[in-house]
Amino acid sequence: MHDKLLVGTRKGLLIMSRQGRADWTVESAHFEAIPVPYAVHDPRTDTLWVSLDHGHWGGKLHRSHDLGASWEEVEAPKYPEGDSVPPDFSVPAKTNYIWLIEPGGVDEPNRLYLGTDPGGLFISDDGGDSFQLVETLWKHPTNTHWFGAGRDHPGTVAIVVDPRDSRRLTVGISVGGVYVSADGGESWEARNRGLYADYLPDPQHEYGHDPHIILASPSNPDVLWQQNHCGMYRSVDGGRQWRDISDKSGGPAGFGFALALDAEDERVAWVAPAVSAEYRVPVDRALVICRTEDGGETWQDLRAGLPQRDCYDLVFRHALDVHEDALAFGTTAGNFYVSDDRGDRWRCLLHNLAVVYSVRFM
Amino acid sequence: MAQVKFTPNLQRFFPDLRACEVDAATIAEVVDAVDMRWRGLGDYIIDEQGALRKHVNIFIGDELIRDKRRLSDAVSADTRVYIMQALSGG
Repeated sequence: MHDKLLVGTRKGLLIMSRQGRADWTVESAHFEAIPVPYAVHDPRTDTLWVSLDHGHWGGKLHRSHDLGASWEEVEAPKYPEGDSVPPDFSVPAKTNYIWLIEPGGVDEPNRLYLGTDPGGLFISDDGGDSFQLVETLWKHPTNTHWFGAGRDHPGTVAIVVDPRDSRRLTVGISVGGVYVSADGGESWEARNRGLYADYLPDPQHEYGHDPHIILASPSNPDVLWQQNHCGMYRSVDGGRQWRDISDKSGGPAGFGFALALDAEDERVAWVAPAVSAEYRVPVDRALVICRTEDGGETWQDLRAGLPQRDCYDLVFRHALDVHEDALAFGTTAGNFYVSDDRGDRWRCLLHNLAVVYSVRFM
Repeated sequence: MAQVKFTPNLQRFFPDLRACEVDAATIAEVVDAVDMRWRGLGDYIIDEQGALRKHVNIFIGDELIRDKRRLSDAVSADTRVYIMQALSGG
C-alpha cells in the first residue's frame, strides 16, 4: 500500500490518497487543530501511529487498526520518577514531545520504538500497549555532552533498525550524536568519527554532534547517511567512519534537515537544503531539492516546478519521503509538493496547510 | 588571565569581536569583562536577571558550565572559556 500519504502538520493529520491516474487528494483529516509531529504506518500490523503535541496536555500517542476510521489513545511514554534531564540534570524529566515512532524488525512484530524530547528512546514489546525507557542510553556516561537544539532539551530524532538483524540499532540524538547498539539496546557505543561540530570548542570531539536525521540505505544497511547540523555525511561501515559529502562545488547541499534514500541504490539520496544554521532560509530564496546518484560525490539541483523567487519554505527533518519514483515533501510555509519522476519535476498540490512536520508514504 | 573565544556568529552583531583574555574569577565576571570591551555584548549572552540565555552555551574547556542561573562557575588564570551558540530551529 503506497497510494497513501500521512502528512503531520501543526493543525492536524491529513491522509492523502490517489487512485489510478488521478492525482493525490486529501482523503481525510484527523486530530484537527492539534499539532502532529509524526505519523507512520506500521506495515507489520497494518497499524497507523500518530504522535500529538498538545499545547496544554502533553505529548500523546494514538493508533488506528482500521487505517484511520477510528483511533485509540495509548498511554504515552513516561520517564521514571525522580529522573532529570541531561546535561546538567536541573530539570525533572517528562515526555515533552514524541519526535519519532519507529516500528521494530519484521521478526519482532510487537516491538516499537519512540524517540522523545528530552533525549529518550522508549521500547515497547507489547505492540505499543506500554513503553519502557532505554536506561542504558538515557544514562550513557557521555550524556553530559548532550544539549538542546531548537527545542530546549536534547531529542531522539533518528532510530534505524537493521533489517538484517533487528537487534542492531542506530540512534541519533540532537544534540548528542550517533549511538549504535548491537544487542537490542542493552549497550551503546558512540560513533561520531569524521563528523564536525562547529558549535563545540573541539569540533571533532567524540561526543556532542548534531545529527538532524539518520537513515540506512535499504539495499545495503551498512551505508548510513545523515543530514547533520554541520553538513551532509555518509558512512559505508555502519557509522564507524563518516565522510563529509556536502556539495564542495558551491551547490546548496550542506545545511538542512530532511533526507530520503532510494530503496534499490545505495548511492542515491535526496536532501532539502537551506543556507546555513544561522540563515535558515532557502538558498537565494529559491526552493530546491538536491539529489545525488553517486554516494554524495556530486549533487544535482532539482528545481522544476518549485518556486524560484521570494520563497521562505524550509523542509523539516521528517517531512520528505520517497517510494520508488515518487517523492513528497511538505514545508514550513504549509506547501505540499510531489514528484513522480524522482524529483525531476515537481507540482504543488496544497498551498495553505499549517507548518508540515512529517510526510510518510504508507 | 582567562582566555575567551566566541562563536563567529556573534560577529554579525559585533564585527570586531575577537578572542581575548580577561581577568575574572567567575563566568559572570567573564561576561562583565567582555561586555566592557564590546558594549552590549553581555545582553546577547545573559538576560536582565543575569541568567544565561536559553540558546547560548558557555564551555569551560570541553565542559558546559554548571550554573546557568548565576554563572558562578569558577575561572582561573589558565581557563579556556568558549561562548557558543546553542542550536535552535528545526
